[in-house]
Amino acid sequence: MATRHSRSAARLMMAPAVILLLGWMLVPLTMTLWFSFRKYLPMRGGDLGGVGFDNYVRFVTSSAFWPSVQATLVIVGGVLAITVTFGVLLALLLDQPIWGQGIVRILVIAPFFVMPTVSALVWKNMFMDPVNGLLAHLWGFFGAEPVQWLSQAPLASIILIVAWQWLPFATLILLTAIQSLDSEQLEAAEMDGAPPLSRFGHIVLPHLGRAITVVVLIQTIFLLSIFAEIFVTTQGSFGTRTLTYLIYQRVLESQNVGLGSAGGIYAVILANIVAIFLMRIVGKNLDA
Amino acid sequence: MARAVSTRRKLIYTLAAWTAGLLIFFPILWTVLTSFKTEADAIADPPVFLFFDWTLENYAIVQERSDYMRFLWNSVIIAGGSTLLGVLIAVPAAWSMAFVPSRRTKDILLWMLSTKMLPAVGVLYPIYLIFIEMGLLDSRIGLTLVLMLINLPIIVWMLYTYFREIPAEILEAARMDGATLREEILYVLTPMAVPGIASTVLLNIILAWNEAFWTLNLTAAKAAPLTAFIASYSSPEGLFYAKLSAASTMAIAPILILGWFSQKQLVRGLTFGAVK
Repeated sequence: MATRHSRSAARLMMAPAVILLLGWMLVPLTMTLWFSFRKYLPMRGGDLGGVGFDNYVRFVTSSAFWPSVQATLVIVGGVLAITVTFGVLLALLLDQPIWGQGIVRILVIAPFFVMPTVSALVWKNMFMDPVNGLLAHLWGFFGAEPVQWLSQAPLASIILIVAWQWLPFATLILLTAIQSLDSEQLEAAEMDGAPPLSRFGHIVLPHLGRAITVVVLIQTIFLLSIFAEIFVTTQGSFGTRTLTYLIYQRVLESQNVGLGSAGGIYAVILANIVAIFLMRIVGKNLDA
Repeated sequence: MARAVSTRRKLIYTLAAWTAGLLIFFPILWTVLTSFKTEADAIADPPVFLFFDWTLENYAIVQERSDYMRFLWNSVIIAGGSTLLGVLIAVPAAWSMAFVPSRRTKDILLWMLSTKMLPAVGVLYPIYLIFIEMGLLDSRIGLTLVLMLINLPIIVWMLYTYFREIPAEILEAARMDGATLREEILYVLTPMAVPGIASTVLLNIILAWNEAFWTLNLTAAKAAPLTAFIASYSSPEGLFYAKLSAASTMAIAPILILGWFSQKQLVRGLTFGAVK
């Protein structure tokens, strides 16, 4: 159907987007790759020559590396566990006939639209402050000692803040998936006397499988690079320095660009591993 | 479909859902309420919920002390500008991929998506350096360009999925009637695609408005949008809860309203069609 004329026109129309994204990807990435093999200290002498794989070795052997990997894994894992579990429960609940469903949906989705700096600061100051925070009041009401959230339970606090932001996303996607479930199949199972739990385990959960995978993959990509939530709360102290934050500190705070760039390349590789799985699912869907 | 539900069961579900909804929404509600309190009421022990002297003074103080409108304006320009620019570049690309697909269309789409997954911190210094060299650091133009680029893959994807739903026969009919390519896009395709384009614009304004890596790292005083403005409340101003709340409420209100209109598009835009 497409003439040769429209083919070449089509290619021309695609060009700006493709060229821009290609430049956006290749230019900075090439620079990072180049820096990662140099001893590059902008404030202390600039580019001091090539050092081979030195930066890569130093980045992973520094005492900050493994704790940062651990912090990253705990935060990503914790947020995923909370958002997926409660996301499934909330989605199931919202799928039921309830009064004021539209309003409840709006309430549940709202946190997703709050900018990260606001949610982090509101939680940090107004909820987790050990003196005036609401949680301190609540603890006090039950006669318990107020918790110094961000210093005594720093990872849990960050997980709570980030999970609050991402729960709406998980819920919304899982709800969309549940609503596409064939209700006749469920009714048939109900008629045959299958108890609710086995209906959930044998029909609902398998149907949700792909949606859950998508939620996990997309959230992982975003969660690996959370920044603002740590920037305005702990600044990476108390063991909340994630891989992203460590690289940020190496590059901009201590201005050791070579070392930070090697870390950046590690981060790119890590993100790509997750991305490959996501692309497979998305790619399959394109064919359908 | 018509499953008889007893009123009692519906009541239980309703109660549970409302409890969960209010619990999740509570931090936002609390922030909005606190913004209308005096600083003394804001830290009252025990906390006051509704019965306090409502006041608007915090909003006035925030504007007066920190020139809030300037940050708001920066956010509007950067979020709006990057979205507009992105859509202008993405519409032709999405059109050609949806209506004149080639063998490589799928690969190109997936490749575009992969650029979205590049961790920002991995290219922080190069971008920082390029910005300094080109005098773009702390400028609205620079930030607009960066946010356009990071959201371009999502814009292309969303438009592509919307365009694919438009039957190609209609376009062919227009072509038969002698419409040129430009006319075809302008007068036939665009009117049909308006709802799709509108939702794409909406979602991308939200994403750009809330972006908090580049906006924090590439701005200082001049071009800082609301994300950076709020971050400046980190300490010690953040301990003035009423003012922090007023500033926060103003920063999230516009996007909360836009967001509620775009819930449906959220799923499409953020899962790249993997969940329908």
